[in-house]
Formats: sequence, C-alpha cells, structure tokens
Amino acid sequence: MSYFSNIYNGIKSLLTGMGVTGKVFLNARKGTITQQYPENRETLKMFDRFRGEVVMPHDKENEHRCTGCQKCEIACPNGSIEIVWDRVVNPETGKKKKEIDKFVYHLGLCTMCSLCIEACPTDAIVWAQNYENSVYDRSYLTKVLNQPESKLMDGVED
Amino acid sequence: MDTTTVNSNFKSEEYFINMGPQHPATHGVLRLLLTIDGEIIKKVEPDLGYIHRSIEKMCERDSYQQIVHLTDRMDYLSSHINNEAVCLTVENALELEVPERVKVIRTIIGELTRIASHCLWWGVMGMDVGALTTYFYGFRDREMVNDIFEETCGARLTMNYNIPGGLMYDIHPNFIQRTKDFVAHFKTKIPEYDKLLTGNVIFQKRMKGVGILSKEDAISFGASGPVGRGSGYSCDVRKHHPYSALNKVTFNESLKTAGDSLARYEVRIMEMWESLSIIEQLIDNIPEGDYKVTTKAVIKLPKGEYYQKVEAARGELGVYVISTGTKNPYRLKFRSPGFSNISLLNHIAVGGKIGDLVASMATLDIVVPDIDR
Repeated sequence: MSYFSNIYNGIKSLLTGMGVTGKVFLNARKGTITQQYPENRETLKMFDRFRGEVVMPHDKENEHRCTGCQKCEIACPNGSIEIVWDRVVNPETGKKKKEIDKFVYHLGLCTMCSLCIEACPTDAIVWAQNYENSVYDRSYLTKVLNQPESKLMDGVED
Repeated sequence: MDTTTVNSNFKSEEYFINMGPQHPATHGVLRLLLTIDGEIIKKVEPDLGYIHRSIEKMCERDSYQQIVHLTDRMDYLSSHINNEAVCLTVENALELEVPERVKVIRTIIGELTRIASHCLWWGVMGMDVGALTTYFYGFRDREMVNDIFEETCGARLTMNYNIPGGLMYDIHPNFIQRTKDFVAHFKTKIPEYDKLLTGNVIFQKRMKGVGILSKEDAISFGASGPVGRGSGYSCDVRKHHPYSALNKVTFNESLKTAGDSLARYEVRIMEMWESLSIIEQLIDNIPEGDYKVTTKAVIKLPKGEYYQKVEAARGELGVYVISTGTKNPYRLKFRSPGFSNISLLNHIAVGGKIGDLVASMATLDIVVPDIDR
C-alpha cells in the first residue's frame, strides 16, 4: 500500500511545485523585474545616489570648486586620486595660494567607497550616475577631472 | 597463466580527485581534495587561499574609516553587517554613543541584508540539487532589496553605508515605503518557496538524514549561525549579545535539533520570517534625530584590545582590534563564520556520495571570500 501512497505523494508534491511555476508563467507580464538592458539605454535612469564614477562639475565660465586641499587624496584608501598642485601668486592681493594643476582620478583603482566625496569640504567632486565604464585600454581609465584652462570659482574656500 | 575472474577486474580502490578551484558547486574558488572509493567519499580536504587578498594586513595600513570599506569585500552577501561590526568596535573603543535613529536604521538594513543573502542562498541551494527554477525566483525577490540599497546607500552589494559614528547619509525618503512594499511582497513569496522546494519529494529525499552534524560536534568545531542552530546549538548573537536596536525587538531564535541538511535549510527559511518580523516592528518607529555623530577626522583608538561580535548572515562575525594608540590598528583579526563552518565539511561528508557533498556544502552556505579574506 505504501508503494501506491508514495507514488501519490510524489506526484502531488510535483504538481504543487508546478502550480507555482504555472502561476508565474501565466502572470509573466505582471511584476516583471528584468529589464531589456541594451535596448532601454535611453530610458534607463539610475538612482540619484548611485555611485558610477567621481566627476568634478564645472559651471558655464569653466570654473570648478576644488581648492586643492587634498583631503580627498588622504581619505582615499587605495590611491585613486592624485592632485598635482602649485602655489600661484594672486595678482590682486599678492598672496600665494594653492591651485590645482591636475586632478587625476584612476577609475580602475576606485572601489566606489564614497570616502573622498564625504571628505570634500567644498563639494567640488560628486558622483556621476554612469553605469557603462568599460573601455578598450587600461590607460583610458586614468582621467583628469578638471577641464583644461579651468579656474577656481570665486569665493570658494576650505 | 593466471585466470582472472570477473570480480577481481573490478576491485575496490581508493583514488584521488580534485574538485575545483573552478567548480560551479563550490560557489567560488575553493579547491576540495577528495579521496573517494567509487562514489563514496573517504576524505574531504578543503584547500584555501585562491582568493586571499590579505585584508587583515591591509587593515593595519588603513585608518579606521578606511577599514570599513574593506569588510564589504569579505562576506559580500552580508556587507552591511560586516561594516556594522567594525563600526561598533570603533564606537565601543571610543565610548561613543550613536543616536537611536542610527541604531534602528542599522538593524533594519542588517535584516534586509540577511533576507537578501538567504534569498540568494535559497536559489543556489535549489540549483545545487538540480532545481534551476529556484535560482530565478530567489534572485527576483533579492532584486527588490538591492533596489532599496541602491536608492539609499548608492550601491547594490558593497554598500559602505556605515561609518564610525553613524551612517554616511540619511535614509532616502522612499526607503520606508519601499521596505514596506518589500515586506508585503515577500510574505507572499516564502510560502511559494515552501511549495516549490521544501515540500518537493525529490528535495526531501536529497536532504533528510544527509550530512548529519550533532550538537556536540557543532560546538567543538566552532559552528555558528544557521549551521549551528540546525544542530540545536543556540548560538544567535542577536539573542545572546544584542547590539544596535536588537534589544528593542522580540523575535524567536530559529532552532532545529535534527542536525541534517534539511534542518539547516529549515532554519534559514524560519530566519527569513523572523527577519521580516524584526523589520515590521522597527520600520514604523524610526526615531527622529541625527544620522551621525561627528568624530575627529583622524580616529585614534585608546591603547588596548577590543572585541565585538555580530550575527552575519552566515554566523558569528568577530572583529578583534589591538590598538597601540595610533591612527591604525596594530593588529586586526576577523573571526569569520565561513572559516569555522568549512572546517566541519570533512566531518559531515565522509561516508556519503559526491552528490550529497554538493548538497551539504550548499547548506553550509559557503562564501569563499569570507573564508579566505
């Protein structure tokens, strides 16, 4: 007798499982969470806080907010940020002031830990919501974030 | 000339094979040295070190804020809980009281992490015993948790949301609603999990009475988490040494006494229910307040030794810091749950078949970067 009850129980448990998959199959359109990724590039929007890569926003006059205080460079755990800076004499006041020459960012080393952005006192660097960071050569991953000829915005001090 | 009989042609002989390091059932780069006789396992020897990144040594170089992001990369499925462990150690050493809001948010996100980790485990567990559908269902529900994390923390897996002294940012305005939606959604899904896999007759036959671990052995091997609790060893750190907001909530410790693979499976399913109930108790009562207390830019722990343990998704994670009063730890040791749990693999797999080894290894819920660090 237990032979037949085993068969009965086995088939019953299989049908219970198939009931679940059947229900999902029939409601396939409802509650879909998958995305048609390469096709939906235009409409795909990441969340505001998504950590894509570090960028330095510039305004219309090609000015940024980085004073070259190097707090981000110290905060970074793996040397993704290198700041090349110099002291430049301000012609109006005659005082020497730190000014960045190059803000080098190694995307290939970055672990997206967000410590640099927390450390920045002037909000000079922010997260961009890029999600396609692959390139053909490793050297493209080293980026200079400040644009050529760019200047420090007036009134920004750390 | 000898006359060989049929029987002596097929004589029993022990031989040795490698399983891994690149084997899908070892969930990462873990190499198992198997001594087998036919299909019966005589000895299992895990060979570690293929993904060793010397995280403990790197911690000696980093400041206490920087250590936190390295712990994401240990047990990446419970990264928030790992972060919390380091932050609690530093806060205890500095005798820093964090706001209630931080404690509650940390607990909620910690339990969400546990659910996401168990979802992934459930999917992979099914796949290891031959049920491919579970993989998609587990990942489907985990996706909702990942979206919550991405919106609030900025990353889906390696979140680095905790900092010593609080949280990196406040929670996103949508966080509470999304979490409530997830809890409501997931309550309808766990019964589906039970229907699909737990009650399945093939699954039951693969799990029941396989890989038995007694309570005495669980204690002597240092098992923790669902592996220990499946053998009736009450070892939930959340219950015995509550941290963050866990002393404010009521929940049951999931315990099973059978000690076989099915018991470990059922403990994890029960834990998902318990985590849901913890989230439900806290989500409506997030206190107002600051999301962090400002610490000094350079944190220096007072001279001494500090230990803090938390319940990660796989078991007890301990952080042991020796400080000499400088800005870096002199030595930092992680007591990872996976390392202790893998040590009993030989004990539970000997005498079984190779297929049973894969099944019992899946119930240990191995994450190899956690074992190797």
